[in-house]
Amino acid sequence: MGELLFIFASASVINNFTLAYFLGLCPFFGVTGRLETAFRLGLANIFVMIITSIASWFLNSFVLPHAPYLRLITFIVVIASSVQFVEMVIKKLSPALFKALGIFLPLITTNCAILGLALFSTNRGYGFVQGLVYALGAGVGLTLALVIMAGLREEIELTNVPKLVRGVAMSFFIAGILSMAFMGFAGLFHGS
Amino acid sequence: MSPAQNPKRPLDEFIKGLWRENPVFIAVLGLCPAMAVTNSLENGLVMGAASTFVLVGSSLFVSLLRKLIPRAVRVPVYIIIIATFVTTVDFVLAALMPVAHKQLGAFISLIVVNCLILGRQEAFASKNPVGLAAADALGMSAGFTVALAMIGGVREILGSGALLGVPLFGDSFEPWAIMILPPGGFLTLGALLTLFAWIKERRAKQEMRRQSGSDQSPVQRRAV
Repeated sequence: MGELLFIFASASVINNFTLAYFLGLCPFFGVTGRLETAFRLGLANIFVMIITSIASWFLNSFVLPHAPYLRLITFIVVIASSVQFVEMVIKKLSPALFKALGIFLPLITTNCAILGLALFSTNRGYGFVQGLVYALGAGVGLTLALVIMAGLREEIELTNVPKLVRGVAMSFFIAGILSMAFMGFAGLFHGS
Repeated sequence: MSPAQNPKRPLDEFIKGLWRENPVFIAVLGLCPAMAVTNSLENGLVMGAASTFVLVGSSLFVSLLRKLIPRAVRVPVYIIIIATFVTTVDFVLAALMPVAHKQLGAFISLIVVNCLILGRQEAFASKNPVGLAAADALGMSAGFTVALAMIGGVREILGSGALLGVPLFGDSFEPWAIMILPPGGFLTLGALLTLFAWIKERRAKQEMRRQSGSDQSPVQRRAV
């Protein structure tokens, strides 16, 4: 139990996928204009990550021992099909959200966070349950980063930012400061 | 327009990637590798070289196959072509440069999901003949490598007081450890973008001044 908790905390805040590993930066800078959209994209990401972790565990246990060089290709095919699946579900259940997410929904396929998750949990030799917890943690961390960023950017829109750094540059500075703040979590498990 | 009509076109496609449509600084694509591995100049260069190989190789293939690939399944086909090249690079680097390969770790595999590479296939290679596609891919990857090298260089100089492992400053220099840690990546890219915005603005101002000046004496200005 303690180990699972550690995996969760490590994936969600200490080694936050976006702010410490630089994964999933495209949606991080692309979709964080509105808080609501950012939150829902985060949820979609959590869902895809969990499917991916199940699928990658399956592949790692049964297919890849026979053909290790197929790792990347099988992973990416699995991710692409589960994204396609999520896309269809969202389109059916909530057309408004489908519209709001726009191009960033199919782009979850090329979201490095998802493939990164599959590769990292393979490299660390996580089992089925550990992999699931890791996926959940990573997804929660990603959502957290997206939501904080979206909240900050909604505020920034109302302030008088110097013209030179308005737009993307400002987002990078905010992300840098956020990333520094998240480094503070590194002390969470030390000394205990 | 065929390249025969306009022999300069391949060169134009090459040059635009370097500056006018620079993938990192202008289009803000391919950020994940641009920041994740650029804590030193060397890592940035290795990553740039690996991405160059993948981008040029897959652009050539996609351009050659552009009439055979059905539109409905084009993205999966592109991804499989890209993944093939990335697997090649992964194994080659593991064999030739085991140290750099270990440092870059999963990020070599993650070239597959670099939006820059898929974006070029979709936006350019799938619509243009092989020569132009190769020029475009070379230009884009050169621009990408230059951007990685700039970020990596700045971070290594400030973060470890060295360049390519050679110490630059005396012992009295206290390295800014934060620059080689994750926040440094965001801050460096933010600072570089600000710098470019400043250069752009200054140029626009000069242009404006020149134009208002040329209104007064157009003949002299043209002579200059």
